Amino acid sequence: MSYVSKPVRKKDAMALVTGKPVFTNDLASKDCLIVKILRSPHANAWIEEIKTGTAKQVNGVVAVYTYKDVPRKRFTLAGQTYPELSPYDHYILDQRLRFVGDAVAIVAAETEAAAEKALKRIKVKYRVDEPVLDMHKAKDGKILVHPEEDWEAKIPVGADNKRNLCASGVEESGDVEKILGECKYTVDRTYHTKANQQAMMETFRTYCYKDYFGRLNVVSSTQVPFHVRRILGNALDIPSSKIRVIKPRIGGGFGAKQTAVTEIYPAFVTWMTGRPSKILYSRYESQICASPRHEMEIRVRAGADENGIVRALDVYTLSNAGAYGEHSPTTVGLSGHKSIALYRHTEAHRFAYDVVYTNVQAAGAYRGYGATQGIYAVESAINELAHMMKMDPVKLRELNMPMEGEPLPAYQDCITAPSCTMDQCMQRAKEMMNWDEKYPYKDMGNGKVRGVGVAMAMQGSSIAGIDVGGADMKLNEDGSYTLGLGCTDMGTGCDTILSQIAADCLETSIENIVVFGVDTDISPYDSGSYASATTYTTGMAVFQACQELRKKICALGAKMLEVNPEEVNFDGEFVFTDEEHKVSLKEVAIKGTCGNTQELQVTRTHCSPISPPPFMVGMAEVEVDKETGSVKVIDYAAVVDCGTPINPNLVRVQTEGGIVQGIGMALHEDVQYTEKGKIRNNSFMQYKIPSRLDIGDVRVEIRGSYEPSGPFGAKSIGELVINTPCPAIADAVYNATGVRVRELPITPEKVAMGILKQKLEK
Amino acid sequence: MNLSFWLNGVYRHEEVEPDTMLLDFLREKGCYSVKCGCETSNCGLCTVLMDGKPVLSCSMLALRAEGKKIVTMEGMQKEAEEFGAFLADEGAEQCGFCNPGFIMNIFAMENELEDPTEEEIKEYLAGNLCRCSGFVGQTRSILKYLEYKKTKKREEAEE
Ligand code: FES
Ligand code: FES
Repeated sequence: MSYVSKPVRKKDAMALVTGKPVFTNDLASKDCLIVKILRSPHANAWIEEIKTGTAKQVNGVVAVYTYKDVPRKRFTLAGQTYPELSPYDHYILDQRLRFVGDAVAIVAAETEAAAEKALKRIKVKYRVDEPVLDMHKAKDGKILVHPEEDWEAKIPVGADNKRNLCASGVEESGDVEKILGECKYTVDRTYHTKANQQAMMETFRTYCYKDYFGRLNVVSSTQVPFHVRRILGNALDIPSSKIRVIKPRIGGGFGAKQTAVTEIYPAFVTWMTGRPSKILYSRYESQICASPRHEMEIRVRAGADENGIVRALDVYTLSNAGAYGEHSPTTVGLSGHKSIALYRHTEAHRFAYDVVYTNVQAAGAYRGYGATQGIYAVESAINELAHMMKMDPVKLRELNMPMEGEPLPAYQDCITAPSCTMDQCMQRAKEMMNWDEKYPYKDMGNGKVRGVGVAMAMQGSSIAGIDVGGADMKLNEDGSYTLGLGCTDMGTGCDTILSQIAADCLETSIENIVVFGVDTDISPYDSGSYASATTYTTGMAVFQACQELRKKICALGAKMLEVNPEEVNFDGEFVFTDEEHKVSLKEVAIKGTCGNTQELQVTRTHCSPISPPPFMVGMAEVEVDKETGSVKVIDYAAVVDCGTPINPNLVRVQTEGGIVQGIGMALHEDVQYTEKGKIRNNSFMQYKIPSRLDIGDVRVEIRGSYEPSGPFGAKSIGELVINTPCPAIADAVYNATGVRVRELPITPEKVAMGILKQKLEK
Repeated sequence: MNLSFWLNGVYRHEEVEPDTMLLDFLREKGCYSVKCGCETSNCGLCTVLMDGKPVLSCSMLALRAEGKKIVTMEGMQKEAEEFGAFLADEGAEQCGFCNPGFIMNIFAMENELEDPTEEEIKEYLAGNLCRCSGFVGQTRSILKYLEYKKTKKREEAEE
């Protein structure tokens, strides 16, 4: 029996497809107080006076809280390992409001109607100040977003709240200026990516109650249950031992739920009132006060010699943190580390960055986590370099791409690539796309023109030396196993993937593995599901726990057979010395429950000192309408190296899903502001995510390498896959039309204007 | 106000506020498969059948169900399992949050379209968003499912 590398059906699949009540709001008790938030209409304001008297009198209103009622202790909402790299810049409620949508007051009521009514009756007098909305004007500007004295960066990341700096730094290797000076071909370009919403279908939500011990129980749609427990302890200023966090099924996360966006509000209400409560963010709230991708402006200087060897890369990233710093010092790093590393011959590189506070919605973690932005910029610059050299962009990449055992410049988590099949990915993508025939474009003769574009990408597999995966494996009385997990399946399928690993290690059927997660009271500690860590890190913990449990099963079996443990074997069904002398797993399991002093349970924790990158190639074929400038992706070919694909079906669907999100980012999605700092795209009406009509073919293949440090040779897949569409589509549009769009999204207006400009210049 | 209607095959008399939406009302009655993903009729997560036709329960007053037959996934468990197996075999059920609305609309499509092409399928389901799967796995599962239904029908006819 073997499950690894098989397209095993997800263990929770049938519950999901039949609509069983498995999500947070399906589980919330009916007597929950409804929690609602009054939101700031101003981007930068002070509460001069706030009156809640009449709001509290509304029939059914149980509590109204303002900044005067909450602990005065700053914390971060970022779900990261302690001490977090994100600054402590949050109160549950603050007198100072830093963006349109910032929380002004919390209302808890018996019904939604009563809560809504109370919101309207809260009287606030604001002192409205001028906001800083443009990220270019934030650094050393006169409007400070976080001037407060109790603002704190726990780790030195080049932050300075008196300069609106959330982080800054320069990393250098070699003499960039000298090498660039020697290069025959150089480009110097600036690219601009916008904030994007994760737009997971299940919006942010949390349900809280107190149990018979008076502890705060938090059922939440989160990727980071253990971090949420600490964050709530910090925010409520109570020991986190008084908090239990439970993760049910999650309706998507994509990083959004790596920030504790909603938990603090019902947690505070239930802690104060003793009553169960819940908060459900509307789509509107999930658009205006959530945790989107960081807007970044990235300047890339790239130089190549006459043979097409890329010798130097200089990347400067300006990142917009927005009003709070969740994930801001960390996301920016990936914009350089995971883009420069794609060019193995680079002799000198520099990566500099500033991350600034502004008065817009705070950014957070979104699939790709800065790598998406950086790879869009660097891959676009390389494409521009190729065109300047009149070299096929595929060829240029073949000369420079990462190779197994070769350097990964700027990437500190592996000096060289421990496993890599980028060359095979490129080769196969070329065949799938029929690149040589289609490059660069084909005029369709009907006002439409088709172009193709290419990009490479990488990501990490966990945060090296930091992310911790935990697995608890125990043998039950009936011979089944329970696998307790602290990582969070959010639809990605990790409960199943980790069960596949366990089943193979224990030589048992996957039905014989009961998988469970997450409850912070019971589950082994795990940093959570983010940073493409779960299969790679927790998978290894599962692997080790199983090996250890096998030893224990053998030891007890040997005792029953009255031989030494070294003399027995275990084949998943029997512990035996030979045909005649054997005890079944069931017998061992029962023995484990009666007169036994040796636990048949193992908890293992794993952390990898390296973060082996998965790699991929993406190729887009677009059709551009020369009249209207509209762009349609008619075909997308992607080949991924995720190491051993533990579950090829899930690898494929993750890749398809990531590519389509990437297409949304490339062509449609944009969080825009009015000049007062209000978000224009506050619903799915204005913020268009791709529908099934917006995409053509998406074709995915796997060319997996073998990663020695991963379970069964696995690396990661989840984030990598969003990184190629932006640069590949941008270049496909260029190849089709000659128009280079350096600011996402690539809207019909930008393309049409570009075409018009070309005509006028001719 | 009084409301008399069929819910998953059972005739029911209920009390309902005039401004209650069908979505909230159905969830109150224990139909938790009905999900909400937006406030602007854009996502299709709340799709249920009303007299066999797909409707967005988020933007319809509960009172509109008067005298009608409402069917949610709770009333189509067997069918959901049947189609769902195909979706699951692609791994395309992913987080599952969009699945009930999406699948209910597939059942509506089956009623409405005879032997639809891939294009027709995409158009019919255009209002059902999914952020996880990228849609292509969903399409694969639908095509395989329809093929299976066709064969099944043929075999039944032959018998
Ligand atoms: S909830 Fe989005 S369409 Fe009904
Ligand atoms: S499966 Fe998650 S939204 Fe469709």
